[in-house]
Amino acid sequence: MSTASVLTPLPVLIPMLGAALTLVAGRRPRLQRAITLAALCVVVAVCAALLYLTDRGGTLALHVGGWGPTESGMGPLGITLVVDRLSALMLVVSSIVLLAVVFYAIGQGIRDGDERQPVSIFLPTYLVLSAGVCTAFLAGDLFNLFVGFEVLLSASFVLLTIGASKDRVRAGIAYVMVSMVSSLIFLFGIALVYAATGTLNMAELAVRLDGVTVGTRTALFAVLLVAFGIKAAVFPLSTWLPDSYPTAPAPVTAVFAGLLTKVGVYAIIRAHSLLFPSGGLDKLLLVAALLTMLVGILGAIAQSDIKRLLSFTLVSHIGYMVFGIALSSQLGMSGAIYYVAHHIVVQTTLFLVVGLIERQAGASTMQRLGGLATASPLLAFVFVVPALNLGGIPPFSGFIGKVALLEAGAQNGSVLAWMLVGGGVLTSLLTLYVLVRVWTKAFWRAREDAPEGHLSGAAPSALLDEPADIQFVDRDHVGRMPVGMVVPTAALIAVGLTLTVMAGPIFAYAGRAADEVLDRGQYITAVVEGRQR
Amino acid sequence: MTTYLVPLVLIGGLTSTGVYLLLERNLTRMLLGLLLIGNAINLLILTVGGPSGNPPVRGRTSNGETTTADPLAQGMILTAIVITMGIAAFVLALTYRSYRLTTEEEVTDDPEDTRVSHLSSKEATALDEDRPQPQPARDTDLPDELDALPGLEGSK
Repeated sequence: MSTASVLTPLPVLIPMLGAALTLVAGRRPRLQRAITLAALCVVVAVCAALLYLTDRGGTLALHVGGWGPTESGMGPLGITLVVDRLSALMLVVSSIVLLAVVFYAIGQGIRDGDERQPVSIFLPTYLVLSAGVCTAFLAGDLFNLFVGFEVLLSASFVLLTIGASKDRVRAGIAYVMVSMVSSLIFLFGIALVYAATGTLNMAELAVRLDGVTVGTRTALFAVLLVAFGIKAAVFPLSTWLPDSYPTAPAPVTAVFAGLLTKVGVYAIIRAHSLLFPSGGLDKLLLVAALLTMLVGILGAIAQSDIKRLLSFTLVSHIGYMVFGIALSSQLGMSGAIYYVAHHIVVQTTLFLVVGLIERQAGASTMQRLGGLATASPLLAFVFVVPALNLGGIPPFSGFIGKVALLEAGAQNGSVLAWMLVGGGVLTSLLTLYVLVRVWTKAFWRAREDAPEGHLSGAAPSALLDEPADIQFVDRDHVGRMPVGMVVPTAALIAVGLTLTVMAGPIFAYAGRAADEVLDRGQYITAVVEGRQR
Repeated sequence: MTTYLVPLVLIGGLTSTGVYLLLERNLTRMLLGLLLIGNAINLLILTVGGPSGNPPVRGRTSNGETTTADPLAQGMILTAIVITMGIAAFVLALTYRSYRLTTEEEVTDDPEDTRVSHLSSKEATALDEDRPQPQPARDTDLPDELDALPGLEGSK
C-alpha cells in the first residue's frame, strides 16, 4: 500500500465517519463541533497532499477492494476512485470552503444562540454533504458519480429545509422535485450508456464510446448534459436555483452556491472532455452559455433582495465556465478550471457576507438596508473586496479568469465565439452594476432613506427562520459581529486574494490540469493499468 | 443483443405516465410520478443488462441456462431502489409538513418571484429607491401635507 492509495479514499471516508460520530454525540454540542472541525481540517490536509502527489506524479487511480483490471483483459470490475489534477484542485478548493463555512456556522450558532434549533442534525448532515461532494469529485465511474450526487443531494435536502418553516418547505419541495428529476434523467443516461457500451467505468467508456456511431454518441451526451445542466443551473434549466437557495440559512446557501453547482460543472467537464471529446454539441453549449450569462444577470438587476440577487449572478457566471468548456481548446479549458476555483471561493464569500449583513442590520433586502458603511466599516471592507473580485475588476482573480476566457474565445475566432466574448464583457459590466447598486443602496445611503428602513428582523438567527418584523429602533443592540463569523469570511477573502497574488503558478497548474483533461491518455492508462504508486 | 417488445412497451408506458403525473401541482401525484419513472428506469437497466441466466454466484446454476446473468445491472437497480425509497420517504414527510403549515399539498409559486415579475418598470426602480429628497428649487407655498401627491413630491 503506497501513500497515495491510502490517501485517495480519505476525503470520502473521514467526513462519513465524522458524520456517524457527530450523530452519536448529538447531545454534546461541543464534542460535535470539535469532531466536525477536526474531520474537515484533516480533509483539507489530505486534499492538499493529493494535489501535491498528482501534480508531481500524474493521475492516481484506486480500485476499491482490489477489483481492478484482471490479467485476462477484463476492465476494472469494482468502484474506481481517480484523482487527476482537475479533481485534486476541486477537492482542495471545496474542502477549504467547507471548513470555512462550518467554522462560520458554528461561530454564529455559539454567538446568536441555537437553543430552539435542530442543530444536533446540522453538523452530521453537513459532513454527509462534504462526503458527497468529495465522492463526486473522486468518482471514476458514472454510477459512483450518480451515488455521489445522491449523497450530496439528500444531505442538501435536509440542510435546505432545516427548521421546516413555511418558506423553506415551499422552496424545499421545488428543489427536491427538480433535483430528483435531474437524478432520474442521469440514471436514464446511465442505463443508455450501459446499453450502448456495456461498461460504466469512465476510462473504459472513453475507449469504447469511440466505437459507437456518432448519432448514438451525441444522443447519450445530450441526455447526460441535460442531467448535469440542471445540477449546474445552465439556462434554460436554471430557474429552480434562485427560487430555492435564498430561503436557506446563510451558511447553507453559501456552501450550496459555492459547491453544488460546481459539482455539476465538473461533471460537464468530465463528460465533455473524457467521454465525448468530439465536441458534437459545442455550438449548443456555446448558445446555452451565452443565454445563461445574459438571462442570469438581467434577472439579478430586477432583484432587491441581496440573496436572490447573488443567486442570479451565480447562475449568470456558470455561463462563463460553460463557455470555456464548450470552446474545446486548451486555453478555454484552463480558463474554465481557474474560473471554477475562483468562483467557488468568491461566491461563497459573498453569501457569507450577506449572512453578516443580515446579522448586523436585521435584513437582507435593499428596501430596508442603508448606512452600513458607517455602521460597520469592517463589513463594508469584507463586502467590497469579493464584490469587486466577482465583478472582474483588475487585478483580482475574476479579472484574470475572464481575460483568459475572452482570449480563448478570440482565439477560436468564430462568429459565435465572438458573440460570447461580447456577452461575457457585457455580463461582467452588468455584474459590476448590480454589485455597485448593492453598495450604494446598502452601504452608502442613510438607513432613513431606505423605503422600509424602519423595519428589521426581530433577532439575529443562526439557522431558523425569524419571520417576525419589528421597528428598527426597537431592535436589541446586536453587538459586534462575532469573531467566529468574521474570521472565516476574512479567511475566504484571503484565499480569493491568494488566487490573485499567486495567479501565475495557479493558472499554470490549471493549464496543466487542462492538458491532462484534454489528453485523456493519462486518465485511461492510470485506470486501465491499475497503476498504484 | 436481443430485446423483447413487452418490457420496452412497459418502460415507455411507465415513463409517459410518470411524466404526466410529474407535471401536476399536487405533491402526492408528483411523488407517484417520480416513483413510476424510477421504476421504468430500473426496468430499463434490467433490460439492457442482457438476457436472463444463471445466478451470478460461482457454482450456482439455474435449470437449462447456459449464460450467467449480469450482476452489475442488478446491483445498480438495488442501489437506485434504495435511493428512490429514501427520497420518497423524505418527500412524504415534506408533503405532510406542507399540509400542516398551509393546509394544501400543492406546489405554490415563489411569492418574491411573482412580486418581481409583476412589477412595472417604473415600480421596479422605485422599490428600493431612496425616499424623495427635498428640492429647494421646487419649494412652493403649498402646505407640506401635499408633499406626497404626484408632482409635488419633496417640494418641502
